[in-house]
Amino acid sequence: MSAVIEETHEHHDHKPTGIGRWLFSTNHKDIGTMYLWFSFIMFFVGGSMALVIRAELFQPGLQLIEPEFFNQMTTLHGLIMVFGVIMPAFVGLANWMVPMMIGAPDMALPRMNNWSFWLLPGAFGLLIASLVMSLMGMGSAPNFGWTFYAPLSTTYGPSSTDFFIFSVHLMGISSIMGAINIIATIMNMRAPGMTYMKMPIFVWTWFITAYLLIAVMPVLAGVVTMMLMDRHFGTSFFNAAGGGDPVLFQHVFWFFGHPEVYIMILPSFGIISQIVPTFARKKIFGYSSMVYATASIAFLSFIVWAHHMFTTGMPVAGELFFMYATMLIAIPTGVKVFNWVSTMWKGSMTFETPMLFAIAFIFLFTIGGFTGLMLCIAPADFQYHDTYFVVAHFHYVLVTGAAFGIMAGVYYWIPKWTGNMYDEKLGKLHFWLTAISSNVLFFPMHFVGLAGMPRRIPDYSLQFAEFNAMATVGAFVFGFSQLIFLYNVLKTQRGGVKATSKVWEGAEGLEWTLPSPAPFHSFTTPPTVK
Amino acid sequence: MSTTNHGEYYIPEPSKWPIVGTIALTTTVIGAVNTIHAGGEINLLLPVGLLLIAYLLFGWFGAVVDESMAGKYNEQVDRSFRIGMLWFIFSEVMFFAAFFGVLFYVRVFIMDWLAGGSNNAMTHELLWPGFEAVWPLLTNPDNAAVAGPDKAMGPTGLPAINTAILLLSSVTVTIAHHALRQDHRKPLIIWLAATVALGMIFLFFQVEEYVYAYRELGLTLDSGIYGSTFFMLTGFHGMHVTIGTTMLLVMLVRAIKGHFTSDNHFAFEAVAWYWHFVDVVWLGLFIFVYWL
Repeated sequence: MSAVIEETHEHHDHKPTGIGRWLFSTNHKDIGTMYLWFSFIMFFVGGSMALVIRAELFQPGLQLIEPEFFNQMTTLHGLIMVFGVIMPAFVGLANWMVPMMIGAPDMALPRMNNWSFWLLPGAFGLLIASLVMSLMGMGSAPNFGWTFYAPLSTTYGPSSTDFFIFSVHLMGISSIMGAINIIATIMNMRAPGMTYMKMPIFVWTWFITAYLLIAVMPVLAGVVTMMLMDRHFGTSFFNAAGGGDPVLFQHVFWFFGHPEVYIMILPSFGIISQIVPTFARKKIFGYSSMVYATASIAFLSFIVWAHHMFTTGMPVAGELFFMYATMLIAIPTGVKVFNWVSTMWKGSMTFETPMLFAIAFIFLFTIGGFTGLMLCIAPADFQYHDTYFVVAHFHYVLVTGAAFGIMAGVYYWIPKWTGNMYDEKLGKLHFWLTAISSNVLFFPMHFVGLAGMPRRIPDYSLQFAEFNAMATVGAFVFGFSQLIFLYNVLKTQRGGVKATSKVWEGAEGLEWTLPSPAPFHSFTTPPTVK
Repeated sequence: MSTTNHGEYYIPEPSKWPIVGTIALTTTVIGAVNTIHAGGEINLLLPVGLLLIAYLLFGWFGAVVDESMAGKYNEQVDRSFRIGMLWFIFSEVMFFAAFFGVLFYVRVFIMDWLAGGSNNAMTHELLWPGFEAVWPLLTNPDNAAVAGPDKAMGPTGLPAINTAILLLSSVTVTIAHHALRQDHRKPLIIWLAATVALGMIFLFFQVEEYVYAYRELGLTLDSGIYGSTFFMLTGFHGMHVTIGTTMLLVMLVRAIKGHFTSDNHFAFEAVAWYWHFVDVVWLGLFIFVYWL
């Protein structure tokens, strides 16, 4: 990254006070903080649902909950983790870091930024209200899986489906506005001299992610609108009797859904690309190839969607096209993994918590990537489809991938946010418990999946018992380990060893030229970047 | 307003509008769902939410107009607005792309496959052996369950007139823009008013066409996939024309009030962009929904 030759920032830190500071905020840091806390709370909400699922699956047979409730748990767990945890956490990190990294005072459109955030509690309020109603015996919460395939969500959807539809609309509005804001910020607020090819990789990955968001969130809005029309206004989009097709739902959904998968991983790629050079004390290997690889992945994400539908039925030419197009993604992804490893090669490495999470990310995400390659082979996918192998695959990329990236980012940047160093011992404890337990939790799923255990079913055949018991133990250790994370974050917020501006010895970039904690408005006069 | 100094940057003060917006939208959607569940009986939350949205639009845009008139915005803010509007329109394009994608998928694949195309001979044989793939689809696969329309909507007549109206309105808004750039207030107002009028005439004819479709053609929202795609595509387009006409009307009022200068009139340009976008979507509709 480019060196900063001029360092000018005045401090007028008169923050608004009281609840109004948060409700009416136009400050990228406060809004980022709200996003991150929202995500953290939802992480525990969605996580509790995962523990309910794992508790039921501890033994074969039905023990704790009814199958109907199990369906609601898998649905809400998926929706909350995707839309309520991973995505808001990334937007929170972008809010905090992008203006600081590009030398801006704030986001380009600060009021819209606040609106993007506050729509989320509204959206998830609707969704969680339907679960509360369900627990009180008044109807069912959404129970059709997070992919809400028609006709499960149209003909057979419970009446809470309509709240779900509008909840998705609100999330979509929030995401689109957030993405537009990030695009405007990056295009328009960069400090003089910060050309596109000098931007930190995290900024690049978010820039590309924002384009994915504005391209596919409207499609999601379209598909839920068609659901609503089919449910209540007599249209036949997903009804073959009227000339529509339930398979059409899957096509439109996955046209959104596949880019969505990359929306949930590209910012993590960016975080890892910031952390690895810092702790290897070397510049990132192959900066421009990182940028091009990210853009290639984003482009490919639009032409691979039907690999989620190999068993649904499509012409053989279609299966072949989507199979080969999917395989191509391995190339740019391989470039990224190669570059991270090459960055570490012969570096003077240290292993603080963010670096530990980053290395675990590289290793475990790659496993998730390889199982993805297995799944993309159409004839093999006929065997794997809708088994626990798929569950193992996407939890490797989303938990040990996306979520590990977020955790790495939090540990990496929290000294800058709070001005205090986190507790390294607790951080390392959290890391090791999380890294080990997530593998105890997700690795056995590969085996039961390959052996044929279907996903989204509360009961299973006896031969899967041992691996399922193992996974459940891993799940509870994983879940409760996150309390250490929570405690560590709270502790750091309250105090601790004061952090320097640079925080990490090998850190480079504009954000490290600001004092820790960063002033309320980042750069009030633009720094000059050489 | 306090005198916070952000150097050469402009940062708005804390604002209540985002939270008002959240309450407005959440109230509206709860009201909408309750209304649907009550079988169409209007739930109080729906009008309350809509009023809040109106309050939001007046208040927030009002605040922005005031700030703009007070000269608080610099070139950088102007660029942010431009980038924001541009990519917002792109997201709207993707929204319509979803519905156009559905239309093409239905016409190219579903029709063919239900009629036994590709490897679907048995599907055809076992499901609806009498089904014939003709577009516009007047006889649905299960016509007893979902009755098809009597006739299709052709491109001649109202749709052709509406095409001409929208194309003309794109010309008038451009003439108005040129007038504004040369600071000719009077032609600006006249041509802008003409554009608003054309937008309203379009909407009037659109309503006429819907009445005709329902009464004369038996073409309704629930008459199968042809009616579904027809009304959803033209309906969402009509909604965007309504929004566009409303925005043009606001621009007209502002032009009459003496807002805008020859080199600073982003709001006008944004609305003009939006209007051209609505126009282009209509051309797509005219070709693929009415004509081919």
